[in-house]
Amino acid sequence: MQSQLPFYPEQASNFAPQVDALMLFITAICVFFAVAITAVIVIFFFKFHRKQPNAVGIAFHGDSRLEAAWIIVPLILAMAMFGWGAVVYVDYRHTPQDTLDVYVIAKQWMWKAQQPNGIKEINELHVPVGRNVRLVLASEDVIHDFFVPAFRVKMDVVPGHYNTMWFRPTKPGRYHFFCSQYCGTNHALMAGWVTVMEPSDYAAWLSGSSGGNANPAVAGEKLFAEMACITCHLADGAGRAPSLNGLYGSKVLLADGSTVTADEGYIRESILQPNAKIVARYLPLMPSFQGQLTEEQIVALIAYIKSLQSLPVPAKGAGVAPPTGKK
Amino acid sequence: MPHEDYLNAEYGLRSWLLTTDHKRIALLWLGSVTFFFFIGGLFATMIRIHLLTPTGALVTPETYNKLFTMHGVAMVFFFLIPSIPAVLGNFLIPLMIGAKDLAFPKINLLSWYIYMIGGCFVLYSFGTGGLDTGWTFYTPLSSVYSNSAVTPAVIGIFINGFSSILTGLNFIVTIHTMRAPGMTWFRLPLFAWAHYATSLVMVLGTPVIAITLLLAGLERMFHLGFFNPALGGDPILFQHLFWFYSHPAVYIMVLPAMGVVSEIIPTFARKPIFGYSFIAGSSIAIAVIGFLVWAHHMFVTGESTYAALTFSFLSYLVAIPSAVKVFNWTSTLYKGSISWDTPMLYALGFIGLFVIGGLTGLFLACLGLDIHIHDTYFVVAHFHYIMVGGAVMGYVGGLHFWWPKITGRLYPEALSRAAAVTLFVGFNLTFFPQFILGYLGMPRRYHTYPPEFQVLNVLSTAGASILALGYLLPMMYLTWSMRYGKVAGQNPWPATGLEWKTDSPPPTENFHVTPEVTWEPYDYQNRPDLGLAAGAKPLAPAQGDD
Repeated sequence: MQSQLPFYPEQASNFAPQVDALMLFITAICVFFAVAITAVIVIFFFKFHRKQPNAVGIAFHGDSRLEAAWIIVPLILAMAMFGWGAVVYVDYRHTPQDTLDVYVIAKQWMWKAQQPNGIKEINELHVPVGRNVRLVLASEDVIHDFFVPAFRVKMDVVPGHYNTMWFRPTKPGRYHFFCSQYCGTNHALMAGWVTVMEPSDYAAWLSGSSGGNANPAVAGEKLFAEMACITCHLADGAGRAPSLNGLYGSKVLLADGSTVTADEGYIRESILQPNAKIVARYLPLMPSFQGQLTEEQIVALIAYIKSLQSLPVPAKGAGVAPPTGKK
Repeated sequence: MPHEDYLNAEYGLRSWLLTTDHKRIALLWLGSVTFFFFIGGLFATMIRIHLLTPTGALVTPETYNKLFTMHGVAMVFFFLIPSIPAVLGNFLIPLMIGAKDLAFPKINLLSWYIYMIGGCFVLYSFGTGGLDTGWTFYTPLSSVYSNSAVTPAVIGIFINGFSSILTGLNFIVTIHTMRAPGMTWFRLPLFAWAHYATSLVMVLGTPVIAITLLLAGLERMFHLGFFNPALGGDPILFQHLFWFYSHPAVYIMVLPAMGVVSEIIPTFARKPIFGYSFIAGSSIAIAVIGFLVWAHHMFVTGESTYAALTFSFLSYLVAIPSAVKVFNWTSTLYKGSISWDTPMLYALGFIGLFVIGGLTGLFLACLGLDIHIHDTYFVVAHFHYIMVGGAVMGYVGGLHFWWPKITGRLYPEALSRAAAVTLFVGFNLTFFPQFILGYLGMPRRYHTYPPEFQVLNVLSTAGASILALGYLLPMMYLTWSMRYGKVAGQNPWPATGLEWKTDSPPPTENFHVTPEVTWEPYDYQNRPDLGLAAGAKPLAPAQGDD
């Protein structure tokens, strides 16, 4: 997938034209200054070359108007770069609603991606064109980084919590992705391909390559029983722990009166460090599952909890805050 | 006529290893940092040869990772950070301010010994399994997963930190308390201002890196959970602590080089520097704001958007004082009497490369752009333009400028000019292609890469061979000149600083009589003692070449 343009990788996501425009803007300003400064130095270098061995130069000690000018003008240009860069970045860090969520788990030295229906891929990622894709990134060991040059996006994959990134592929094709955070011996081999497909091809690919991939929610439900979560988190809210029905995406009222949105990061933290955020009216009884679950198992549990999203929330015994948003 | 100077005052190994003379200590430093530069350079050479082919031409992935790690550790901690301050700063600051020595001569020697002990630990790490964490030591790779000799390296860098702190302390106290009569703050050479700012960063920043690496070492040795999430730690905390020092460390490397350039330019344009107080003030501004930009290394770690906005904004602010310096240096050339001597070529080369290095920092400080170019070869190119194009050009230029003072000898002028041009060309050919590689998406620290990146990598390696020649030439002719060079005399250029008003090489006590300063810095117009056509009118341009 080498681009025709010599200095640009292919533009294949919504961010690519934005980042390239920013690049051109900053390059134009910087080339102007670099050329201007170099030209002035070269001209002075020759024009004021010493003609007689004992000649001295003419003293100018400074000029406060000049100093002010070359503080203020660069500052304005710098602020323009800052502002435009901030706009693109804020867009990148603010994931839109209604995304296709793919879990990406990194470990030395491979990538595993899991589609919403449970299909798992290694060092490959299939996504439909035109759809907002959100990647939920988890690491089993050290810090990695998921980088797709053709999309102009990257995000670190940090052990201990989830990072997310999003993009909207705009052009079908196959594009390199790399690990761009040094992660040990085979860091450079931790690369693969994103395949961007027409939505119909993507749907066909999803149904065609099941290959015994269990639905992650089913695997999660099994795990939920095996790890004995089910003994406290009763669906009807009568247990020692809140019911998880309707939890995902809702606001949870905490013991300290604050609320938190139950996203993947919150659920993950509640499994591994249950005492970090205690749901209002519940006791800090839950043991930590740190070290007892792999990242993939956590992803399965989250998938199961997500599948409970549409189930009826019991009147009593749920952690979910009332919809009126009472403090 | 032979006279007694600091070099021939005493003889024997003991007279060197137990000396408290800042000039002799500077030469001890010169030897040891040159040694580490050579080691780091050797690793760099192997890296560039390896990257000639997409699959890697020379070594295994393990070895490649060790090469770039050890290259970084040797160059950053044991060459770049001490180079200008400990060699040139050590030698020159007392001379420039008219003092007999630094404030604490014994502590000055202790700094060198601490560095040597730290260096031994690091060499031990290199020799017994090597180090493969990257010079950044990111956790939990360094503290848990790496199988290389991390612990001795971390101990070595921890120890070495004290050397930096003590040198910085020594400079601060010396500049405050030991200035000769008449040497007011605003008569200080800009080299001294730059070192004052650098010393602030050394004293305030170095303890943080020492503590950080100590914590990583403790986590590795005793499984205490500071950074490893499996033990309840936070790997991102390490990055905050690491860059809290290591970003300002860039200013430890480049501020002294700016000081060197601020000396060379007025000397070889024979006129006062333009905007003295702005250049001096911008050094302090860089040192202060430089402490507030560290998290721009972490825009894609998942740090909060507000933090990212703040650090991007502050990173743009720190660019301004650097720009002020460049504009003032350039203006100083206007209507100067510009010589084409070697130090001037280095100083102007410094400006050219530093401008590219500084401007490409604006790309990386830009949040929206950084999500693409972070951790690619764009970053590698950017910081080599600052550290090698900036700091090393400044260092080598400074060595050429003060070599006659240090050794009393001149080097072959034509050869040294050729070497300066070779360095400049080789440097650009090595590192400019890496900007393009980075934008095309080649990540850093890859022992193998997709074939479409080969052409630019071959160009870069070709440039590196020219660059290597550019470094070897000065090493050879400077060594040669110590014995065979022409005798320099007190002030060969001539320059205006106090260090040029004593013998070359200076006597042990620096000045036979304590000097008194009655002139402004770089004031060629009112210095009849320099034997120049003071107050001369500009010569009509286009008189023909000479």
